[in-house]
Amino acid sequence: MKIEINSLHFTYPTGLEAIKGISLTINSGEQVAIVGQNGAGKTTLVRHFNGLLKPTSGSVTIGDWDTTKYSVAKLASRIGYVFQNPDEQLFSRDVLTEIEFGPKNLGYSKEKIDELVKQALVWTELTDKTETNPYDLSPTWRKMVALASIIAMDTPIVIFDEPTTGQDFVNVSRIANVIAELKKQGKTVITITHDIDFCAENFERVIALSNGKVLLDGKAHEVLGQEEILAQTYVDPPQLTRLGKVLNLKETVINQEEFLNVIVRSER
Amino acid sequence: MAFINLQNLTYKYPLTKTPALQNINLQIDKGEFISVIGANGAGKSTLCYALAGFVPHFFKGEISGEIEVDGIASSKSTLDEWVVNVGLAFQNPFNQISGAKYTVFEEIAFGLENIGVPREQMKSRVEEAMKLTGISNLADRSPYSLSGGQQQRVALTSILVMQPKLLVLDEPTSQMDPIGTREVFEVIHNLTQSGMTVVMVEHKVEWIAHFANRVIALKDGSIFMEGKPSDVLTSDLLIENGFGVSRYTSVAREAKKQGLWKKEKLPVTLFEAAEGFKE
Repeated sequence: MKIEINSLHFTYPTGLEAIKGISLTINSGEQVAIVGQNGAGKTTLVRHFNGLLKPTSGSVTIGDWDTTKYSVAKLASRIGYVFQNPDEQLFSRDVLTEIEFGPKNLGYSKEKIDELVKQALVWTELTDKTETNPYDLSPTWRKMVALASIIAMDTPIVIFDEPTTGQDFVNVSRIANVIAELKKQGKTVITITHDIDFCAENFERVIALSNGKVLLDGKAHEVLGQEEILAQTYVDPPQLTRLGKVLNLKETVINQEEFLNVIVRSER
Repeated sequence: MAFINLQNLTYKYPLTKTPALQNINLQIDKGEFISVIGANGAGKSTLCYALAGFVPHFFKGEISGEIEVDGIASSKSTLDEWVVNVGLAFQNPFNQISGAKYTVFEEIAFGLENIGVPREQMKSRVEEAMKLTGISNLADRSPYSLSGGQQQRVALTSILVMQPKLLVLDEPTSQMDPIGTREVFEVIHNLTQSGMTVVMVEHKVEWIAHFANRVIALKDGSIFMEGKPSDVLTSDLLIENGFGVSRYTSVAREAKKQGLWKKEKLPVTLFEAAEGFKE
């Protein structure tokens, strides 16, 4: 399902102009990372996708739906949105009820709900925690509950707002696995992240926002190598990209595999 | 004697079976920049709470052993006496913001108001602290209207303004953009140069390696490893136990297996990696 954003402008009631003219298209099945400095408008932008915010001018369409004409509840069948802070999202008294809530509301059959919930539990490794109150879990696991409860809605588009914040190494790999599984299913995944190495390892397309506008948009390779432009929005290239630059490698490398390949070739 | 002294500290939260901290012995000198790493659930936040007096004064539970800061035992002090010397920035800034103030400026002044700092002094201290962390432009905004990373800077500033002798930071940059993260590390580093002691929980290994004097790796509530960043953060034992390392370390580790990294020691910073791969 395609997302189309046309000349989007958004001004908060306080007068703060957070989005200053953005046009982009995100195609079905794309894996997109959105990066940029704090306050660049990343969260404001994605909150337009599920209708939490409506354009001041311009338009956002999800498939054939203009977001101004559909309620947030209706848009939830097309877009799942995992909040930055799980505590803004969770409300049920146990993990299972929390995860079942979304698919139930979308009116799926009992069989389909059971299947989706089971899959979400497996992907997020929460299978042994279904009876626990989410607020008795550590923030890490609460994050996984937030993730699971959105994945279980089986929407064609899933948005993660800073999924790796405060997560340890093991949990970051767990989240990367979830994204890979969603990709296999052909879903569109849009992720806001400050973790540039995570971005380089898991996303095909990167959009860098700065001050309410698109600064760069393209293949991860093209975008993440632009050190000087990225610096305008307080983003450093990935660690191995920087290392490649210092070593004067001929091509831009963004992850371990690429780096080692180039080094092997230059040894020969 | 060390500025901070933890002796056989063991602590269990109420209604839990296993201790969150087990037999922690740790001495920290004045002006040290200590970084605490470990998996989620390893006890990092609990250690922060213990240093900040929240454990056991606020959370209750069972405690044994001793926590001393500047020669005063936590057990012989009350929380309101303790917070004058020790400041804690929470992991989640949303939980720290008072909710009682309309602007960022007022929010940052909140702590100073509570300890009765004179008005003029309070104003200049708030302004100075905001300048230090680069948020002067947010002074009139509502703390709740800010982005995650901005809120985190406000939370940090509202602790810095108290000028604590010991600054405890629980993942202070988790929601910050990369260059913002580096700036915060630089600010903290400068503060330690002027004698502030800092204990910081972080996952961002590259910057720990640059700025911290010592790394404490926690696992299951105990100290698993401790030492200089360049030793701890490149240790095989650490990697095999699920601790995250920098991409420089992991790529060099892989390269070493293929004979492409010739040095004995693995790198942890960009500089070390570049030096090694140039050979």
